[in-house]
Amino acid sequence: MAPASPLQVKIRTIELNVYYGYKHALQDVTVDIYANRVTAFIGPSGCGKSTFLRALNRMNELIPSARTTGRVEIDGINIYDPEVDVVQVRRRIGMVFQQWVPFPKSIYENIAFGLRLNGKPSKAELDAVVEHSLRRAALWDEVKDRLQHSALELSGGQQQRLCIARALAVNPEVLLMDEPCSALDPISTAKIEELIEELKHDYTIVIVTHNIQQAARISDYTGFFYLGRLVEYNRTRELFTNPQKRETEQYITGRFG
Amino acid sequence: MIFLFIAREALGIFTAADTAVGSQPAATSELSPELYGTESESAAPEVYNPDVDFPEPEAPAGPAERPVAEPGQGTPPLLANLLSTTWQPVSSQPKYGILPLLVGTLKIALLAILLAAPIGILAAIYAAFFAPRWFREFLKPLIELLAGFPSVVIGFFCLMVLASIVQESLGTTFRLNALVGSLGVAIAIIPIVFTIAEDSLSRLPRVLWEAGLALGAQPWQVVFRILVPAATPGLFAAVLLGFGRAFGETMIVLMASGNAPLLSWSPVEPVRTLSATIGSEMGEVVWGSLHYSVLFLLGLLLFVGTFLLNVIAEFWVRRRLLRRFQGTTAAL
Repeated sequence: MAPASPLQVKIRTIELNVYYGYKHALQDVTVDIYANRVTAFIGPSGCGKSTFLRALNRMNELIPSARTTGRVEIDGINIYDPEVDVVQVRRRIGMVFQQWVPFPKSIYENIAFGLRLNGKPSKAELDAVVEHSLRRAALWDEVKDRLQHSALELSGGQQQRLCIARALAVNPEVLLMDEPCSALDPISTAKIEELIEELKHDYTIVIVTHNIQQAARISDYTGFFYLGRLVEYNRTRELFTNPQKRETEQYITGRFG
Repeated sequence: MIFLFIAREALGIFTAADTAVGSQPAATSELSPELYGTESESAAPEVYNPDVDFPEPEAPAGPAERPVAEPGQGTPPLLANLLSTTWQPVSSQPKYGILPLLVGTLKIALLAILLAAPIGILAAIYAAFFAPRWFREFLKPLIELLAGFPSVVIGFFCLMVLASIVQESLGTTFRLNALVGSLGVAIAIIPIVFTIAEDSLSRLPRVLWEAGLALGAQPWQVVFRILVPAATPGLFAAVLLGFGRAFGETMIVLMASGNAPLLSWSPVEPVRTLSATIGSEMGEVVWGSLHYSVLFLLGLLLFVGTFLLNVIAEFWVRRRLLRRFQGTTAAL
C-alpha cells in the first residue's frame, strides 16, 4: 500500500477530551490524520473509538450530557471554534453509520436529499449527481432500473452502499465510517472494502472497526484505542508487525478483545 | 382493542334499537292516527325537501325503513320526515329531521380538527425534537393529564369564559355558537392528537435524525423532510383519533354550542350535534316511542360515521401512505 501522493495533514486533533456526564470517554487524544489515506481506529468495545469519530464532525453534541474540550482542526481551522457553523462542518465531513438508515423515500430521493438542502438544483443536475454518486458507491448497475422504488426494498449491503452514495452526493472532503461492515455478510463487506480502496483517491477516509483484519487489509494508518486513550498510532504495517506497546500487541494478537 | 370495544357497544345499540322497534306497534298504533293521518297529507310536502344539497349517507335508509313498515296502514313518510330540515321531536306534529344534526356534528368535528390538528402536531414536533429535555419531561405529562380532563369542565370554561371572548373579538350575533363549541372540542382533542403524534415521532429510529444532520442538513430540514414524512401514518392516526373523539363529543357541545338544531354551514350560528341531542333528550323521552327509536337511530349514525371514518382511513393509510413508506413505521 505505497502512498501515491505526498502526505498532507487533513485533520489534526489536539488534546481532544470528551466527557459523557462524569465519564471521561476520550482522554487527551492528539493525532494527525492524513489526506487521501485510509486511517483505521481499532480497539475493544467502549474504548472511545466511536466517540473519537463522532467528535470529528461534532455529532457528539447531539448527546445532551456530552462535553468536548480541545481542538479538532480541519485544514488548520478548529471546528469547535464558536464562529464555525456546525452545518458547514458536517457538509464537509460525511458520515456512514454502523446501522445503515436509508430515509424512507425512493432510492433517487435518498441521494437527492443532500443536494436539495441548499437551493433548488435542476432535474438534470440531480440526475447527474444521483448517477455519479451511485456509480462511485458501486451500486448503479444494481439499482438503475428502479431508482423510484423505495430504498427499503434493497438488501442490507445495498442499503449500506446507498448510505455511502448519499454521503458522497454532497461532495464531502472527509468520509467518516463507523463500523460500516459490522452487520454485513462477507460478500457485502468485501464490496465495501473494495469501495473504500477506490474512494481514498478522492477522499480522506477515517474508519472505525471492530475487525482487526479489516483494519490491516484496508488502512494505511492505524490507531489503537484502549480505555479512552489513543495507545498507539502508526502506519498500519508498522503497527501490526512491530507494535511498540504491550497492550497493542496483546490486542492485535487476540489476547483480549 | 378500541375497535372491539366500539363493535361491542354497537351491538348493544343494534339490539336496543331492535327491541325498541319491536315493542313499538303498541305505542304507535294509538299514536299514529293523530300523528300521521294529518301530517302525511299536509305537513310532509312542505317539510320534505328532496333537493337538500347535502350528501346523505346511505346509513339511515336501512334502519329507517323498519319503523316505516310498522304503522302499516297510514304509510307515514317517516323517511321523508327523517330527511327533513327540522328537528322538533316534542310537538303535536313531531319532526325528526336529522339533517341539521348531521350538519352540526360535521361542522363541529371539522372545525375542531382543523384547529386541533395543526396545534397538536406542531406541539408534538416541538416536544419530540426541539424542546430541551427538562421541558419535554414537564410538558408531556402535563398534556397527557389534560387528556383526562372532564369535558364538563371544558364545557363550563367555554360557556363562561371563551364564549364572551369570542363574542367580543368577533362580534358574533349569537354568544354560543359552533365556533365556541368547536374551540372547546379542540381543547379536548389537542392532547389526544399531541400524545399519539409525539409517540409516533419519538419512536422513529434515532439514526435517521443523525444521518440527516450528518449530511449537513439544518435540524428543521431533517424534521420536515425526513422525520415527519416517515411518521406520516402515525400522525394520520393521531388526527383520525382526534376526529373520532370530536365526532362523538357530547358535553362540551351541549354546553357551549347553543344547542339549536339549525341547518346552516355558518360557523358562527348555534348548532346541535347528534350526540348532544341524545344526551339532552334521552333522559326525557317516552320509553319505546318513535322519538326513542329515532334517538337510537342517531346513536347508530354516530357509530356508522366513526366506523366509516375508520374504514376509509385504514384503506387510505394502507394504500397510499404505506406504499410510499414501505415497512418503515406501522400505522400504530
